[in-house]
Amino acid sequence: MSGIGLRKLRFSWQYLVWGVLLVLMVGGAMVQSVRAQQPTPSDDEVNAIAKTMYCPVCENVPLDVCPTQACAQWRELIRQKLAEGWTEQQIKDYFVAQYGDRVLGEPPRRGLHWLVYVLPPLSFLAGVLILVNVFRNMRRAKPVIASPDSKVKASSSWDDPYAQQLEEELRRRERGE
Amino acid sequence: MSTDSQPNTGSRSLSPVIIAISFVVLIGFLYLIGQGLRRAYAGPITIGQKVPAFELTTFEGEVIHTADWQGKVIVVNFWASWCKPCEQEAVDLERAWQRYHLGGEVLFLGVNYVDTEPEARAFVAKFGLTYPNGPDLRTKISQMFRIQGVPETYIIDRSGRLAFVKKGPTTLNEISGVVDRLLAQTP
Repeated sequence: MSGIGLRKLRFSWQYLVWGVLLVLMVGGAMVQSVRAQQPTPSDDEVNAIAKTMYCPVCENVPLDVCPTQACAQWRELIRQKLAEGWTEQQIKDYFVAQYGDRVLGEPPRRGLHWLVYVLPPLSFLAGVLILVNVFRNMRRAKPVIASPDSKVKASSSWDDPYAQQLEEELRRRERGE
Repeated sequence: MSTDSQPNTGSRSLSPVIIAISFVVLIGFLYLIGQGLRRAYAGPITIGQKVPAFELTTFEGEVIHTADWQGKVIVVNFWASWCKPCEQEAVDLERAWQRYHLGGEVLFLGVNYVDTEPEARAFVAKFGLTYPNGPDLRTKISQMFRIQGVPETYIIDRSGRLAFVKKGPTTLNEISGVVDRLLAQTP
C-alpha cells in the first residue's frame, strides 16, 4: 500500500471516531433534554391522591382541601414523588410509614382494622337472620281456637285458676244462668 | 263445628352456642371500644410519671435509644418546619445543647413532628442544629407523650421521670434552670 493510501485510511478513521463521538454527544444531550422536559404532575393528579388521604395535623380535613402550610408541603411531596415515578400505592405507603395509618382515608386492611370491614356486614347478616327467625316463628304460631266443649288442656291458660274461672263464667253466661 | 288444635308456642329458640358466641363477640367489641376510649381520653404524661423508653432515628440514620441513656437527663423537643414558634426557640435550644453536650450528662433530642423531610432538613441547616434530630416515624413518640401541638419540650430526669413540660416555645434560661437543677440531683 502506498503512503498516500495509508494517509487517506488514517484520515477516514479519524473522521469515523469524531463522527461517533459527535453522535454520542448529540444523543446524550437529546436524552437529557427529553428527561428534563418530563412534565411535572398537575394539581389534578396530585389531588387525586391527596383526596384519599387526611391531614395528620388538622383532624378530619382531606389533604386536597387542607389550607395549612403543612398540607401544602405534603401535596408538594406527592407531586415530587409522582415526578420521580412513584405509584399511588408507593406514595401512600411512604406517608403511612412517616405519619401513621391516620393519614389514610380508608383504614388499611390488616390487624384490628379488619373489624371495620367485617363487623358491619356481619351485624347486618345477624340482623337478617334474627328477623327471618322471628317471622318464621310468627307464621308457625297458629291461633288457638277454643270451644266450650273442647278438651284442649295443653294450653297454659288451663293451668291458670283465674283463666279457668273466667272460662267457667263465660260458659255460664252462654247457658243463660 | 269446633276446631281443635294444639297450641303452638312457636318459640324455636336460638342455639346456646350461637348465643354464647354472640355474647363473646359483643364483649370483645365493647372491650375494644373501651380500650380505644381509654387511650383517646388518657391525659398527657404528667410530671413525676415514668417516661417509657423510645427510640429516634435521626435524619442521618443514627438510631438513638433512650434506654441507653439511663441515669442521664434527656431533653425532648417536638418541632416542625411549618411551625413559626419553633423558629423562635431553635437558636436557644442549640445554645443549651452547646452548653451541656460536652459533659455527656445531657441528651437533647429533636423530634420532627409530621413534617416533610426536605423542609425539616432545611430547618435544621437554617438554625444550625447539631443535636440529634429525626422524624417522628408513624407519630409514635408524639402519641406516647400525647403532645397537643408544636413546639413542646419535655425534660426527663436521671431516674427516667418527667420533670418539666413546656407547651410553646422555650428559652435558654428555662432549659438551663431545669437541667442544672436535675444535674445537681443524684441519680
